[in-house]
Amino acid sequence: MNLMKKAAEIRRDLLSLIYNSKTGHTGGSLSSADILTVLYYRILRVDPACPKDPLRDRFVLSKGHSVEGLYTILADKGFFPKEELKSFSTFKSRLIGHPSVKVPGVELNTGALGHGLSCSVGMALAAKKDGLNVSVYCLMGDGEQAEGSVWEAAMAGANFELDNLTAIIDRNHLQISGDTENVMRLGSLASKWEAFGWDVRSVDGHDINALIEVFESSRKKGIPMLVIAETTKGKGVSYMEDEAKWHHGVPTEQQYSQAVTEIDTFIKEMN
Amino acid sequence: MSTIPCRKAFTDTITELAKSDPSIMVVTSDARGSVTLTDYAAQHPDQFVEVGIAEQNEVGIAAGMATFGKRPFVCAPACFLSARSLEQVKIDVVYSHTNVKIIGISGGVSYGALGYSHQSLHDIAVTRTFPGMDVLIPSDRHQTVAITRWLAESENPAYVRMGRGSVKDVYADSDGSFTYGKANVLVEGDDVTIIAVGETVSKAVEAAALLKNDGVHARVLDMATIKPIDREEILKAAEQTRGIVSVEEHSIFGGLGSAIAEIVIQNNPVPMRIMGIPDEITVEGDSDEIFNYYGITAEGIREQALSIV
Repeated sequence: MNLMKKAAEIRRDLLSLIYNSKTGHTGGSLSSADILTVLYYRILRVDPACPKDPLRDRFVLSKGHSVEGLYTILADKGFFPKEELKSFSTFKSRLIGHPSVKVPGVELNTGALGHGLSCSVGMALAAKKDGLNVSVYCLMGDGEQAEGSVWEAAMAGANFELDNLTAIIDRNHLQISGDTENVMRLGSLASKWEAFGWDVRSVDGHDINALIEVFESSRKKGIPMLVIAETTKGKGVSYMEDEAKWHHGVPTEQQYSQAVTEIDTFIKEMN
Repeated sequence: MSTIPCRKAFTDTITELAKSDPSIMVVTSDARGSVTLTDYAAQHPDQFVEVGIAEQNEVGIAAGMATFGKRPFVCAPACFLSARSLEQVKIDVVYSHTNVKIIGISGGVSYGALGYSHQSLHDIAVTRTFPGMDVLIPSDRHQTVAITRWLAESENPAYVRMGRGSVKDVYADSDGSFTYGKANVLVEGDDVTIIAVGETVSKAVEAAALLKNDGVHARVLDMATIKPIDREEILKAAEQTRGIVSVEEHSIFGGLGSAIAEIVIQNNPVPMRIMGIPDEITVEGDSDEIFNYYGITAEGIREQALSIV
């Protein structure tokens, strides 16, 4: 499968979701689209026919607001009918604005930041205790790194020697109020996580092959992995890129049409 | 008086249950001493998770483990679990419906003179608004054993609060001391009803004895399950007696008294007296001194009951 093309299609489809429902977290969904695509179409051992398989890998979207990309992928993979995406954020739909366990393939309800990694530590620890060959992946935002509970979990992941746990930071440098370094300086996330005892890898979060390489690379025994994925918020749509206002901006009809044209052109050029 | 506090009855029971149930996990945050988990940790090292002083992480880890079929019991001081990690309880446990039991020890004013930081007088008010969460407070060591056994079988998230010190026995043994969702009628009477929970139950029984000398026949209910509350027994009390005195080691706002009033006022309004800690930063002192100061004593309960009849 051409994952670069797949990621572009996911971008186009998640934009359609946001445009049609007139709500969504656009910028962060676009910045994490390549990461999610690599995880779901190459790395994670998950089966839409058996979403509760005890031996499945676990993925926790700690930055739950980027749910549009996750729902688009889960539907594309057949966890639920694609048709259902039209109900996103409507009355009584299970497809709400943050991940819900009512949706097949979603492991945990998230939405408040700084929760996902603790839960992922618990999952990875339980898998170890039971001797299960299960890997746990947790995607966080970079603004999320200001939550103190993230660092409680970071300490625990190293303490429990969870080499079956991979945390990923979608390092797009923007949060709702602006540049992460202006809102609350993050400084060197790599040195912080290294100091907490994690095997830190930095990667271009839009380079499919680089992402595959890092996720498939050999693990250091007894050490959890932290992947800092350098990304661009709003990636793939020229006027959205690196603009904080697209954190949860919804495109107008004209803007949406331009976005789809840009992505379709990208796909056509790839072909 | 028994020298075994409820928390010790809990840890003895869970230590026993864990022998035959490998899914039981005790998670704690540098509180193995205060919870009395030392024996448990020694006997079940693989079923014991120490997370350090990190209550938010503690609850999140427990929730994650529960998704693998574990039965985590998160054990730490109630003051921290019901405030510091409240969002994790709300989202990771209640919202995600993970089978996690939150065991808040040394609740209410147990820590007395350690100050308001170490008191939990808001926990019932908060946890009983969480959909699907059971809220329980045992009244003595025997009932604690029964509740712990029940918790180990239940698939529901639960918040359980127990005190620090030893309390007078209310029950002769654990058999019949606890039925989920049902109040226990400890003393029969048709003049007035005293509904108590936790450490105040034995005081309510004593108050009933005092009232007998006054010629007043008080009914005493132990409302160990605060949620789901025994609506039927409350309405029976409203129907058959002249009023209800509620007694709890909790703020007068939002706890047992409020829960009873919500039912009574909408169905059969009768006079009520809600006894608890008033809306102020708790007076300095040990737990007995605090109870005495606020009139949460057998004599204080008697007075409130007399004001109804």
